[in-house]
Amino acid sequence: MLAIPFIIFVFIFYYLPLRGWVMAFQDFRPHLGIAGSKWVGWLNFKLLFEDQRFYEVIRNTLAMNLLKLLFGFISAVGLAVILNEVRVYFFKRVVQTISYLPHFVSWVVAGNIIISMLSRGGPLNQFLLSIGILQEPILWLGQKSLFWLIIALTDVWKEVGWNAIIYLAAIASIDPVMYEAADIDGAGRIKKIFYITIPSIMPTIKIIFVMNIGWVLSMGFYQQYVLNNSLVAEVGEVLQLYVIKYGINMFRFSYATAAGIFQTVVSLVLVFIVNKLIRATD
Amino acid sequence: MSKFRTREDLFLDTLIYLFLIFLTFITIYPFLNVLAISLNDAIDSNRGLLGIWPRKFTLYNFQNILSDHQIYHATMISILRTVIGTVLGLTASTVFAYVLSRKDFFLRKFLTAFVLITMYLNAGILPIFFLYRELNLINNFLVYVIPGMVTAFNVIVVKKFIEQLPDSLVESARIDGAGELRILVRIIVPLSLPILATIALFIAVYQWNAWFDTFLYASSRESLSTLQYELMKTLQSAMRNMGSSSVDYVQSATSQMTTPQSVRAAMTIIATAPILVVYPFLQKYFVKGLTLGGVKE
Repeated sequence: MLAIPFIIFVFIFYYLPLRGWVMAFQDFRPHLGIAGSKWVGWLNFKLLFEDQRFYEVIRNTLAMNLLKLLFGFISAVGLAVILNEVRVYFFKRVVQTISYLPHFVSWVVAGNIIISMLSRGGPLNQFLLSIGILQEPILWLGQKSLFWLIIALTDVWKEVGWNAIIYLAAIASIDPVMYEAADIDGAGRIKKIFYITIPSIMPTIKIIFVMNIGWVLSMGFYQQYVLNNSLVAEVGEVLQLYVIKYGINMFRFSYATAAGIFQTVVSLVLVFIVNKLIRATD
Repeated sequence: MSKFRTREDLFLDTLIYLFLIFLTFITIYPFLNVLAISLNDAIDSNRGLLGIWPRKFTLYNFQNILSDHQIYHATMISILRTVIGTVLGLTASTVFAYVLSRKDFFLRKFLTAFVLITMYLNAGILPIFFLYRELNLINNFLVYVIPGMVTAFNVIVVKKFIEQLPDSLVESARIDGAGELRILVRIIVPLSLPILATIALFIAVYQWNAWFDTFLYASSRESLSTLQYELMKTLQSAMRNMGSSSVDYVQSATSQMTTPQSVRAAMTIIATAPILVVYPFLQKYFVKGLTLGGVKE
């Protein structure tokens, strides 16, 4: 009966907050509480769906998360395949150890480093100036047209080593007999990569890809929270930030809760569909 | 594998090694550059510092921020929450996972689902905030370590590991008259050390890196601020100033010995250092842990 305290614990911290969802159907005032606040029906959701900004935020969220997914996949699978070709064990280990490093630092630390790299007088500008690609420094993080790309690329920088682990494990479990057979048939290394390695880890790739699709609306927003700024707010604001802006900075509690519910419900539906898809492909 | 190195082989190898060296450089250079800035004279850094070696070596930047009472205090809070949070989280995950792994436990299926669902269920920032307020957790140190004590991912990963231990171990201990708690402490825990080390690392890294909970639940009490949150504040002011042209140069003229850039660099290094020290040693564990977690998914 050791379980009882945990059941209560999980219930309180994960299920009990759902009670707050009724706020979305009220004109909630903290001093009146849920019992005393006025009921307004679906009004908050109606306002939400009428807000032009809301659609822009959804667009930003989807665009950035899909880009991250795409880049993240190609880079992680690519790194795993390339690392697998390395025969010098020590070298492989060193590269891997270093490649995990950014995963373990917070987005605050990573953000500070990225800002430092991309600042007006920072290394990237200096480098591009010195080889003559740029004539004058660019404020990289202030460019609306580049922001999504920067988000995707910095995410790759931070996570590629970590994400490659799972594919390396998948590659390690490929039967060596297949490679030997290919050798006898005279296949080169590139052929072996494309005809053995990649097809063999395809199931892993598929499962992880489909799983991640479920998170496109709710994937981590810390990165945007850290790198977003007034120059790019139009393209940089994601759904979570929108909720925070209305809920915390503007005290529109009910409205923000409605936006939060939208996010959770859509995510749950996506996860559900995706789970069905995985079962179907198996 | 063929023993002959063909021309294709050699070409491919060169390409691979060059690429990986480039990748390693891209990954590590930003850290080393920031480290160099943190160890370089602040005014001198304004001329731009590209290398990974300080030009005018000084420890002043570190002395400066560590003598700042607020930052020192915040660092202590960070250490405290990491230690307490890891101990609590690890204990809770282990005990709960053990309970869920017992095949004779009648609620096992139901409870596993009950826990799994929480991975996808997110009530939202505000409902959670109001709940914490009712529980008196707002502006309370406990908000850092209590709500995150049990997380579905950790519980499930440990449960998975315990389940693949042979049942006969537990049975024979039970026949010898050992109680559940004794079985857990004497048999399960020693056998599960690899996975427990992984989980401990995950929790510790999470605790050390956390800043968003400080912002949401404790930002009105300075004495509860964490190092990451202090760093976040300096970052935000840097972001606000980004639009105005070359802010770093302007501000340095007014301050005496240090600049916002150098302060940020030194804080970034302090926030990174503990992780750098710990993770290479635990590498072999977390790779195993991650693959195990991945299998479930």
